[in-house]
Order: sequence, then C-alpha cells, then structure tokens
Amino acid sequence: MSTIDFKRRAVAGRGIPVTGNDIDTDRIIPARYLKEVTFESMGEHAFEDAKKANPEHPFNSPAYKGASVLVVGQNFGCGSSREHAPQALMRWGISAIVGGSFGEIFFGNCTMLGIPCLTVSQADLEWLQKAIERSPKEAVSVDVEKQEVRFGDKVIQARVPDGPRNQLVQGTWDSTAVLLEAGNAIEATAKKLPYVSGF
Amino acid sequence: MARTLLDKVWEAHTVRTLPSGQTQLLIGLHLIHEVTTPQAFQMLKDSKLKVRMPERTFATLDHIIPTTDQTRPYADPLAEEMAVHMIRNAKDFGVPLFDMSTGKQGIVHVIGPELGLSQPGMTIACGDSHTSTHGAVGAIAFGIGTTQVRDVLATQCLAMAKPKLRQVRVEGQLAKGVYAKDVILYIIQVLGVKGGVGYAYEYAGSVIDRMTMEERLTVCNMSIEGGARCGYVNPDQTTIDYMKGRPYVPQGAGFDRAATWWKSVATEPGAAFDDVKTLDGASIEPVVTWGINPGMSVGVSQAIPSPDAQAEAERPTFREALAHMDFKAGQPIKGAKIDVAFVGSCTNGRLSDLRAAAEVAKKGKVAKHVRALIVPGSQQVEKAAEAEGLHEIFKAAGFEWRKAGCSMCLGMNPDQLVGREMSASSSNRNFIGRQGSPTGRTLLMSPAMVAAAAITGAVADVREILK
Repeated sequence: MSTIDFKRRAVAGRGIPVTGNDIDTDRIIPARYLKEVTFESMGEHAFEDAKKANPEHPFNSPAYKGASVLVVGQNFGCGSSREHAPQALMRWGISAIVGGSFGEIFFGNCTMLGIPCLTVSQADLEWLQKAIERSPKEAVSVDVEKQEVRFGDKVIQARVPDGPRNQLVQGTWDSTAVLLEAGNAIEATAKKLPYVSGF
Repeated sequence: MARTLLDKVWEAHTVRTLPSGQTQLLIGLHLIHEVTTPQAFQMLKDSKLKVRMPERTFATLDHIIPTTDQTRPYADPLAEEMAVHMIRNAKDFGVPLFDMSTGKQGIVHVIGPELGLSQPGMTIACGDSHTSTHGAVGAIAFGIGTTQVRDVLATQCLAMAKPKLRQVRVEGQLAKGVYAKDVILYIIQVLGVKGGVGYAYEYAGSVIDRMTMEERLTVCNMSIEGGARCGYVNPDQTTIDYMKGRPYVPQGAGFDRAATWWKSVATEPGAAFDDVKTLDGASIEPVVTWGINPGMSVGVSQAIPSPDAQAEAERPTFREALAHMDFKAGQPIKGAKIDVAFVGSCTNGRLSDLRAAAEVAKKGKVAKHVRALIVPGSQQVEKAAEAEGLHEIFKAAGFEWRKAGCSMCLGMNPDQLVGREMSASSSNRNFIGRQGSPTGRTLLMSPAMVAAAAITGAVADVREILK
C-alpha cells in the first residue's frame, strides 16, 4: 500500500454539473445494482434511471465525457448508506465533488474513498454550474488544502471540515490502517464497558 | 456540568483522538446483512485480517430475500449469490447468523431490539442508514458505508466526528388515529430533510415519554430522513420494561445491575443542547407524503402545496416532484387513487404496526384494483401476529400475508412496483425508483393509513374509518 500516494491535496479535471437539490443515493445508483457482490461494474450504472428518463442528463452528454469534478446542488447524496453511490461515481471517473451540501453518510463514504466533497455557497455553485456548461473543456481546480475551487480566473471559497480535510491532505483516509494503530487500546476500552465485561 | 447521553456514551467508547481530529470510537454492537458486507469481507480477506470481535457481531438476511417462497436457491441468481456470500462469510469469520432456520431471522433493525442485542448505552453500527432505529433503546446508532463496515469488522472501531446535539421535543396529546409514524413525518416536514445535517437528535417531551418502545423505534428509524446522523430516546422505565426477558439481556441480579447502568447514561436535567426545537403534538394529523423525499408531506386533510409558495432554490425539486407523481398543486391528497398497499419495513413492520393495520382491515375489504401486502418485520413478529390471529383478519379482508423481510421498501427483492403504480406504503422513503420501478410512485404514511387506503382504493383519513 505504501507505493500508492494517498494524499489528496488538490484535484483538477473537467467539470460536470448535475443541477437540482436532494438528489438521493437511489437516484445515483438504483437499488437493483446493489445485488452485485463487487463494486467493479458500478460505474456503468451511475444515474442509470435518471439518464434513461432524461436524454439531456449530463451523464449522457458527450460534452462531459472524461469529466472528473462533479458540481451539484444542496443535500446531494441524501438517503441510503450504500457505498455503491460514491463507488459508481468514482468508477465513472469522478474524483472530486463540489456542492451546496451533502448527505452525511454519503460525505463520509466519499472521504473514505479519497473523494473530496467541498461545500460552496448557493450563488457560487450556480455560477460554477453555468460556467462549466458554457466551457465544458476547461478544467476545474479543486484545492482541498486551501479550500478553494478555481475556474478560469475565478477563485471560489470552499469548505471541507477539519477532520476529513486532514485525512485527505495527509493521506490518512484509509481508515482501517489508521484505526488498527490503536492496538490493544481497543480491547482496553471495550473491557471498561459494563455490557462487555459483564454486568 | 450536566451531561447528555451522547456525551456519556461517546466518552465511554472513545479509544483515542485520531490525528485527523476525529474520535476513534469503539462500536459495541455490529449488525451486518447480505447487501453491504460482501465487498467488506473481501477487503478483509485481501488484507489477511480477522473480525476483531466476532462475539459482538451478528448477521441476518433481509434485503434480498423473497417474502413468498423462501426455498433456496432463490429464483434470482444475484440474490442467491448474496445469500451464499453472507452464509459463507459468517461461517469463515465466526459470526453468528440468524438465518431462516433459527426462527429469529428478520429485518436487521427489527431483530436487534427484539433479541435484546441492542441495549441502552451502546454504540451500534450497521451498513444501513436506518440503523438510527436502535437509538430508541437509548443507544448511539450509526448507519455506515461498506468501507466503514470493513473498519468495524477489522478494528471494532469507527473514525467519527462527534455530532452536535439537537433536542426535538414533542409536547401535548396526540389525537386518535395519529401514530408514531405521523409524528416523525411531521418532524421531518417541519425541520426539513436536511435540517438535521451535522446533528444527532434527542427525542423528548411528553409525547415521546408516553410512547411504547415500538413507537420510539419508528420515530428514531427515520432520523436519517431528517438528515440527522442518529437519533435516540433516553432510557426510562419503558426501556427497562422492554429489555426485560429478551434473549441477549442479562437475567436476575445482572439485569438489575444493567438497569441501573442504563438509567445512568440518560441525559441529566439541565444539560445543554446545541439546539432545541419544540413541536405541538396536538396539531399533528395523519400525515401523507405527496412528493419524492420524506419531507414533502401534508396532513391528510390538506392540499398539495404549490412550488410558487416555496423558496426559490426549492422550486425545481417541487416541480420535479409534482411531475413525477402526476399531482397538481392545490389538489387534496385525500382521494389520490392507489394501486398498491404495503405494510412492513424496519419503520413499521413490528407487532403493534400490524395490530394497528388489522384494526382498520376489520372495517372493510381491499379495493378490487389494489394489490395489498402485509409483511412482518421478523419471523418472531410473524409468529406473534399469527398467534393473535392477525393473519386471518388480513387474509379475510383480501391482504396477502407474507414472510419476513425488507420486501417492497426498497426494490431489491421480488416485491416491487410495476410501471407507474402508486403505492401507499408504511416504509421510509419515497425517492424516485425506491420501490423497484423507475417510474413508480410512493406515498408514505402510517400502517393504519395504509390499511385505510387499501380498503378505500385511495388515500383516506383513517380517523373517519375508526370512528
């Protein structure tokens, strides 16, 4: 694992806007694809029903093929805890998400996959979505460390809470490895709990 | 300084503070099921890791199982493969599995409390967002993703930031025909689907205090639909009476010691909250969702709101919801025709839910054009309901009596909507596509209201039927 660089200080790539608020994880990946025992094919099914229902859906558009920075509205990823949702986006090619706000479990799942989710103001996200629509070939620069999103000349203030930002910047979002470092302190904490040691 | 349950449980389970600033939090109970674990077990195998505390880990099968013919292999090969993985992983890693042969199988959020696995003062995690359910017994219970499932399997811990705490007080007296489901749908309607982001919810006030444990489970279940990371009710005498005699709860003198500790974790008088919201229980009427998220709801006597009356940022979602549901702003929700009625799920698949639905089912017959399903939340609920003859009441009224499972809540098993079908459902989510058909439509309501809709053939006011 040490050969992989886990640090996610900054991500840059072409943008893809998905407008609308409260886009839930059922929308991102319909439940029928949860029956797969691996995540491998999830990318093909990202937004599948939304794409079928709307030929104009950005995930259908050739203009956004190869995009890696997803720009969304408020409460994106609300609903089910399915990690299949960020897995589907990641395997489709998304490596950072900029939005108004995020469902909390979705946000945590993204962080654990090394996908930074940055929050920006409603005005900035609307501006950014429109700017990307106008110039889909231009790169969006996402600086996790500085909490900034750049597009053309414009610098947008963004926010990532301290905990996840530190994990992303320091490359410690591979949580199992970090948690294992606690060693016997885990069992020691458990033994102090009356329901573990016996009432 | 007076402390909250969240403070006390958090502190007791803190292993250390991580370099990220998050807490390494010990998880006292890890519940697992077939859908969100195969990838996690694979990651464990790849890293040659064991399950750290298999004795604190319990598995069941719920999401993908059919509720009619449960003989293996299942007709759906993908469902069968998931079951095979769960059974094999449980065996390989030494985790107890409540499968059909145990008589204890059921929806993970029904069996946890039912078996006494979920106890006050615990931290509980499960790879399912409705894990917030278990907070009803006075636990801090989180829904987690698959990589976090791997973390808990391998380390019995999660890296978590402590949420802020909002006390949600519901005071006064509920009217007849108004149930716990209406209370939580109303809370979400008032506070919004993202109102709880960043918060844990402590439910309190006289309405919550008077609730039975099963009612509290319904309320806490949908905390996540209000955006909250978890929700809980402080342990009280109702909690202690509920825990007594359950298979995984200590007996005799051990029970008394446990009860003393459980009471000691409750929020102390005078403790401070980051926020307090108070709602009037008397103003709640039976609630029905009309849209595509659980916050889009109205009282049954009300009309569907207009997008123009909303904040500008909300208008597109409102318009999308009206278009998907084929509703018009200003249309009364009462009288909306339904095709399917579903009573079940981790929200409302317990014995008291089935009793409430049966009470209404006695008053009529399922309308000719309606397909109506009653799905118990666990094998034990199924058995208890049959012992009371509830299944006979349902069958006589034209409802199908099914076997335990998640069923039509989520479109992962054969129980699904077809095409544009409109469903009156006691489940928790009305997201587009949630019940299996990408164009299907869902109206969330209480089990009694579902039964009322089933016999009327359209959304009805259960208070008029129960008169």
